[in-house]
Amino acid sequence: MIATYTPDQTPALESESFNGQWEGQLESLLSRGRSAGADLIEIFLEQTDHLGVLAEQDAITSVNPSFGRGAGIRVFLGERDGFVSTNDVSEAGLDKALEEALAMLGLQVNGAINSSFEGLKTLQDFAIEKRNWLKNCPELQEASEHLLNGTSLLEQYGKHLQVRRGSYARDWQEVLVAASDGTFGRDIRLHQSVGLNVLAADGDHRSSIGRRYGTSNKPDDLRQWNAEASAREVCESAGIMLYADYVDAGQMPAVLANRFGGVIFHEACGHLLETTQIERCTTPFADKINESIAHEAVTAIDEGLTDEAFGSVSMDDEGMQSQRTVLIENGVLKRFISDRAGELRTGHPRTGSGRRQGHTFAAASRMRNTYIAAGPHTPEALIESIDHGLYCKSMGGGSVGPTGQFNFSVEEGYLINNGKLTKPVKGATLIGEAKEVMPRISMCANDLELAAGFCGSVSGSIFVTVGQPHIKVDSITVGGR
Amino acid sequence: MNIQQPSPTIGLNCHALSDKLNQFAKTEGIRQWDLGAACSNDSSVQVDRGEAKQMKGSQRSSITVRVWNDQGLIGITSTSDLTDAGLGKALRLARQASDFGNPSDVPAFSPQAKAPLPDLHRPLRPSQGIKRLLEMLKQAEADLLGRHPSILTVPYNGLAEASYEQIYLNSEGALRQMKRTQASIYLYARAEENGRKPRSGGAVRLALGSQDLDLSGCIQEAADCTISHLDYKPIQTGNYLVCFTPDAILDLLGAFSSMVNARAVLDGVSLSQRESLGSTIAVPFLTLHDNGLHPSHIGASAFDGEGTPTRKLCLINGGRLESFLHSEATARAFGVAPTGHAGLGAKVSVGPDWFEVSTTEGESSGSNLHHQKTKEPFVLIEGLNALHAGVKASQGSFSLPFDGWLVNQGEKISIEAATVAGDIRTLLNSIIHIEPDSVIRPGGISPHVWVEGLSITGEA
Repeated sequence: MIATYTPDQTPALESESFNGQWEGQLESLLSRGRSAGADLIEIFLEQTDHLGVLAEQDAITSVNPSFGRGAGIRVFLGERDGFVSTNDVSEAGLDKALEEALAMLGLQVNGAINSSFEGLKTLQDFAIEKRNWLKNCPELQEASEHLLNGTSLLEQYGKHLQVRRGSYARDWQEVLVAASDGTFGRDIRLHQSVGLNVLAADGDHRSSIGRRYGTSNKPDDLRQWNAEASAREVCESAGIMLYADYVDAGQMPAVLANRFGGVIFHEACGHLLETTQIERCTTPFADKINESIAHEAVTAIDEGLTDEAFGSVSMDDEGMQSQRTVLIENGVLKRFISDRAGELRTGHPRTGSGRRQGHTFAAASRMRNTYIAAGPHTPEALIESIDHGLYCKSMGGGSVGPTGQFNFSVEEGYLINNGKLTKPVKGATLIGEAKEVMPRISMCANDLELAAGFCGSVSGSIFVTVGQPHIKVDSITVGGR
Repeated sequence: MNIQQPSPTIGLNCHALSDKLNQFAKTEGIRQWDLGAACSNDSSVQVDRGEAKQMKGSQRSSITVRVWNDQGLIGITSTSDLTDAGLGKALRLARQASDFGNPSDVPAFSPQAKAPLPDLHRPLRPSQGIKRLLEMLKQAEADLLGRHPSILTVPYNGLAEASYEQIYLNSEGALRQMKRTQASIYLYARAEENGRKPRSGGAVRLALGSQDLDLSGCIQEAADCTISHLDYKPIQTGNYLVCFTPDAILDLLGAFSSMVNARAVLDGVSLSQRESLGSTIAVPFLTLHDNGLHPSHIGASAFDGEGTPTRKLCLINGGRLESFLHSEATARAFGVAPTGHAGLGAKVSVGPDWFEVSTTEGESSGSNLHHQKTKEPFVLIEGLNALHAGVKASQGSFSLPFDGWLVNQGEKISIEAATVAGDIRTLLNSIIHIEPDSVIRPGGISPHVWVEGLSITGEA
C-alpha cells in the first residue's frame, strides 16, 4: 500500500530563501573583497531540493530525498582566480570563505573602503513566477503511480524481459548570484526526468536498452509523460537488439538519427568550442573564427531559450541572461561558448554560458541546448544515398579526449545496404576527431528534434540538451568485432 | 552544542551529532535510526605554463539518515544542512519516505556494526597549504615541459590535499569514526610535432599527504608516456595478441564488477546468478581478491556505509567464482556475513574497494610472455577510455577506445586511434599468461595480463 506523502518544502519558505534580503550582507562581502585588492568577486548562493524514485518490476524499491544549502565565492586577480565553497552560509561562514579565497591570491581583508565598488544593481529576479513550482510537482504517491504504470507497460509490451526499471528524478534549485561588477540575479530552476530501462535475456542473447526523457521548468512534466509511447519504444528496441549480431569493424558512411544522435556534435565539436578548451590549448579551432571548419551543410547553435528544454536557463550561473549563440553557420565558425573567465583569458565575449553543477564548482563555459540545425533533405534521402554503411538509430554515451578524439557507443544500429536498412547490429563504437569528421557531415535532414542529457565536465554534471536532424557522415571509423 | 566544529581540518562532532539525532528521533517518535556522515576540507591548484590558473578550497559536510517506521519499513534522506533545522527536517523527511519503503527488501543494522575494526595504520598528514601546493605544481609542470621540445602544454593538471572524516552511528549505540588525509597529483601533457596530430599522455599519484607524493615518478611517467606516443601509426583491423597493463586490466575488471556483486545478482543485472558460486568463470591460474585493507590503498576506510569492518575477500580463486561482495541485506539473502562493501541507502548499493589480481598459488600459465621481452607482435594496451559508454556490464560486452602500442621485435609504435572489443566472459577464459611482477596502481594491484585473439579496430 502506498501512503500519502506531503513533501516538506521548507527551502521555498521566504524566510530561508536566497533573495533580495541578502543584498546588504552580500554588498558588505563584495566591498571587503574589492578593498582587499581583488579585481572582481563573485558570490553564488544555492539551495537545492532533490527527489529520486526507483521502481523495479512492480514495486517502488528506493526513495531518495535530499536537500542542501551552500555558497561558492570566487575571486579574480588578473587572470588568476581563487574559489572557495562551503556548506556554512552563516555570516561567519561566508566571511571565512571570502578570507580564504582572497588569501589564495595573496590578498587579505583590511579595514579600507574601496570606492570603486558601487553596490549591486537592482535584483534581476527570474524566480518571481517560479515560487510555486516545487509544490506543483507530483507528490511521491503520484510519482510512484506513474513509474509503476511505466514498468507495468514494459511488462505488457516486452518479451523476455528479465529486469524492468522506471526512475524519476526531480531537481529544484534556487540560486542567487552577486558580483562586484554589480551583477545581482536570482533564479529558480526545476529539472525533472523520467527513464525506463529493460534487460532482455533469452539464452545467451542479451540486450539492455534505456531511454530518459527530461524537461526543465515544467512542474506537470511527469503527469504529461506518455508512458505508453516510451514503453513501446524501449520494448521494441530491446526486442530487436536481443538477437542482433555484432557489427563488423571498419570505415564506412553512417547516418545518425535525430534527437540523441546529437551527442556526436556535443562530444565531437561542442566541447571544443568552449573557451576552457582555448585556455588549455586543446581545441584545434582556437584561431578559426570566420573560417570553414565543417561542411557547408552544417549550421550549429547553442542556446538557453527553448521552452522547457533540459538545457534552458533564464540566467546562467554567473547572473547573465541566457541567449542564442550561432556557433557554426554554413560550415563557418562564428562564436565560442564563453563564461566570465573565458572572456577574461581568451577575449571571447560571454554568451550566458557560465554553468556549474552547484556551489562546490566554479562556473565554466558549458553548453546548454546544442544542436545542428535542420537541413533540406528527408531522412530517407540520407539512407538512400548510401550503398553500404551504418544507421545509428540510438546512441549511448560518449566522451572527448585531450587531443580532440571522440568516441561514442551505438545502442541500436542497423546496416544499410543499397540504400535500405537491413539487419540490426550491436557493439558499434564511433571514433574520430572533430576536425576530420565535421567536414564529412554532408547532408542534414529536415527533422530536427532535441533530447535531454547530462554532461559531465570541469564544472560538474549539468543538464543539457543535445539535438540534430538525421545527418549523414560520409566516412567514420566504426569499432566492432 | 555545535555539530560542526571550528577545526580547520576535521569538522564533525560525533557525540554531539549522536545526541542531537537521539533527541530529534525521540521528538518524532522514531525508535530505530542510523546515520552516515562525511566531512571534508580540501585545497587544490591548477597551473598553466608557469602561472597559477585556479586555486580551490572547499569545506563540505553531509549526512544521510535512515529511519525505520513502526511497520519496519525504511526511509532515507540526505542533506548538507547540518543546522538543527536541517537535521530535524532530514529525520522528518526520512520518516515520511519510510511509508514508501520496500517491504520485500528491508535493510537492517549490520550484525558487525560494533565488531572490532581493522587497524589501517594510516597516519594523518598535515596540510602544507595552498601556496606550497602551487609551488610544487609549478615546478612539476616546468619539469615536464622541459622533458621534450614537443611537449608544449600540460592542459590537465592538478595537485590537491584533503582531510576527511567519516562517521557511522545507529540507535543501538554503534559509533564508527575514521579520519584520514589524502593527496593527489595528475599531469596530462599534450605534445605536438610539425605536421602530425597532437598526442597526449599522463600519470597520477596518490599519497597520504602532499609531502609524500612521488612527484618525480609522476613527471617521469607522464613524460615517458607522452613521448612514446609521438611516433604513431594506424593499426589494421583484426584479431591480436593483447597485453593489458595493470591499469587497463584493473579498469576493465572494475567495469564488470557486477559479476561479483550480490546486489546486481539479486537485481538480475549481473552476468552471475546465485548458483554461479563455485563455477569456473576464468582460467585456473587467475585469482582475484578485493582488498580494501592493502597498505597501498591510500583511500582505505576501516568500515563501510553500514559500519561493517572492511576485509580482504577472495572473489575468484583458481578461476572459480568464490564469493560475492555483500551488504547486510544481500548477505542475509545469501545466508552469509556482510563483507564490508555496502553504501548507505534505502536500497543499499554494493561496490568493490581495491582489486588484487594475481596468479593462483601453485598454478602456472606455462608461458613466459613478457611485455618488455616478447619478440612476437602484440598490442600493449596502456589505458582504456570511455568505459562509461563502451561497457555493457549486464550483457558482458565491451567496445572501448584505448591508448597503446603495437609491439614487434621489441619496437613500440604508438597506435593512432583504435578500439578493442570483446566479451568479458570470453576474455577471462582467453587469458594466456599473467606476468609474475605485480604493479601497485591507484586503483589496485595487478601484473600485466595477456589475452589472445582480441578484436581491434584501427584506421589503417
